Amino acid sequence: MGLFERVGRATVGWLADARERMALLGESVVSGLSLIVRPRQFRFGDFLLAFQRASYGGLPITLCIGFLLGVILAFQTASVLKSFGVETFVSNMLAIALFRELGPIITAVILAGRTGSSFAAEIGTMKVNEELDALTTMGLPPVRFLVLPRVAAAIAAMPVLTIFAELAGLVGGAIVLQMMGVPTVVFWRGVSTSTTVYMICEGLTKGALFGLLVGLIGCLAGVRTESSSDGVGRSTTSAVVWSIVAITVTDGLLAVITYVWGIGMSVSL
Amino acid sequence: MEPIIELEHVDAGYPGAVILKDVTFSVARGEVFILLGGSGCGKTTIMRHLIGLNPILGGKLTVAGMSWGPETRDALFRKIGVMYQSGALFGSMTCLENVLLPLEEFTRMNASERRERAMECLKAVEMADAADKMPSEISGGMRKRAAIARALALEPEVLFLDEPSAGLDPITSSALDDLILKLKEETKMTFVVVTHELPSIFKIADRAAMFDKARHGMIALGTPQELKETSEDPFVRKFFNRGEVHG
Repeated sequence: MGLFERVGRATVGWLADARERMALLGESVVSGLSLIVRPRQFRFGDFLLAFQRASYGGLPITLCIGFLLGVILAFQTASVLKSFGVETFVSNMLAIALFRELGPIITAVILAGRTGSSFAAEIGTMKVNEELDALTTMGLPPVRFLVLPRVAAAIAAMPVLTIFAELAGLVGGAIVLQMMGVPTVVFWRGVSTSTTVYMICEGLTKGALFGLLVGLIGCLAGVRTESSSDGVGRSTTSAVVWSIVAITVTDGLLAVITYVWGIGMSVSL
Repeated sequence: MEPIIELEHVDAGYPGAVILKDVTFSVARGEVFILLGGSGCGKTTIMRHLIGLNPILGGKLTVAGMSWGPETRDALFRKIGVMYQSGALFGSMTCLENVLLPLEEFTRMNASERRERAMECLKAVEMADAADKMPSEISGGMRKRAAIARALALEPEVLFLDEPSAGLDPITSSALDDLILKLKEETKMTFVVVTHELPSIFKIADRAAMFDKARHGMIALGTPQELKETSEDPFVRKFFNRGEVHG
């Protein structure tokens, strides 16, 4: 096979793949919007189950990673700021970093690794076992039946987990600073001075958006699973990788947009 | 008899890969029709066209007088029931919940009526005792029975069964054949069965269509007895006299 033929085949394959992804995404959006008209079609029981698994099930690891992130950030920044005698500002830096960026990002990465991959594996296994075909021939569209409750669960779980990750990070930071001689009261005063309602809302909104991305990418990877022995494995890997890429790209875009429009850029120390 | 399924010069396969060409046959209402052939000959592909999972590549296909399309899709799905090779029961639901699912989605029955109907279907396939069991707790044969119960829930006009004997021992397989005959007698439903098991074919089939991978098409149509005794085709003779032919 010549170079041109290989490039041509690869391009056609890529376009067909992209078309399929877009069709599935479109179907998900249309199904989601149709729930506004027919809310009773939403599978609330499945949503609650997926929400419980994503939020309560993911809480320990989120708290653990959030706490350690706070500890690491506090150590790294305090050692530099201490040489200028301003280590008390670590609390302000931690609050801003956690509420605006790191809280939602790190929680989304955990959600992608834990919940996004499980969505892909669960739906992918159903596909291999012909359960998606069974749903289709029963007249139940798999997107409405399987994708929407899980995506909604991921959207709802993310803000909850983000708040816990941020609080755990602040507790970690407070412990480190106390060890360095900064009183806890001073730490929390710094946190409250720097934190605004806008900042918290920005973080939570980002969290919900990342939840949407992780849920959609995980579920669609599951729906597109190939019926082969390694199909589920590949879908799971692709769900995690593409979720992290999508989270990072979206966060980058949001950072540029908020900077260009000057939204929420002022901070108080 | 009035045909419920009609195929006229149908090309079967997937975009870019025609597996069977120019397939023409019809299935009469109330008969047990077998799609027959060696492994990989396209039996399941034809069934996927019949149940609307994949569009045909050419020709004309009608089920209950309607062609598959976006407008007829929902109506046609209500007229068919499908039992997949693996059973395809939903692993997170009990057998009863699996049967209840289509009733919850498509009927206006209240909870007790739905439960009664679901138990009726499970009783029909002799699975009432396993109603509260999860699919992982029951045998392959029981899973297939439960899948038939789920397919029966909405009283379809045609029941499609993909390799019902696959992976089952001869006794369980024979029991499943008995169940198909019992359901045919009780419901007067049409059955389209994909299989290559000769004992099953002779036990349950009214007619069969045979496909050959090498010739990319249908090579015989008739009752199993006719195919066995009168066919001149060497492949058909080999299949019926020596069992399944691979390739």
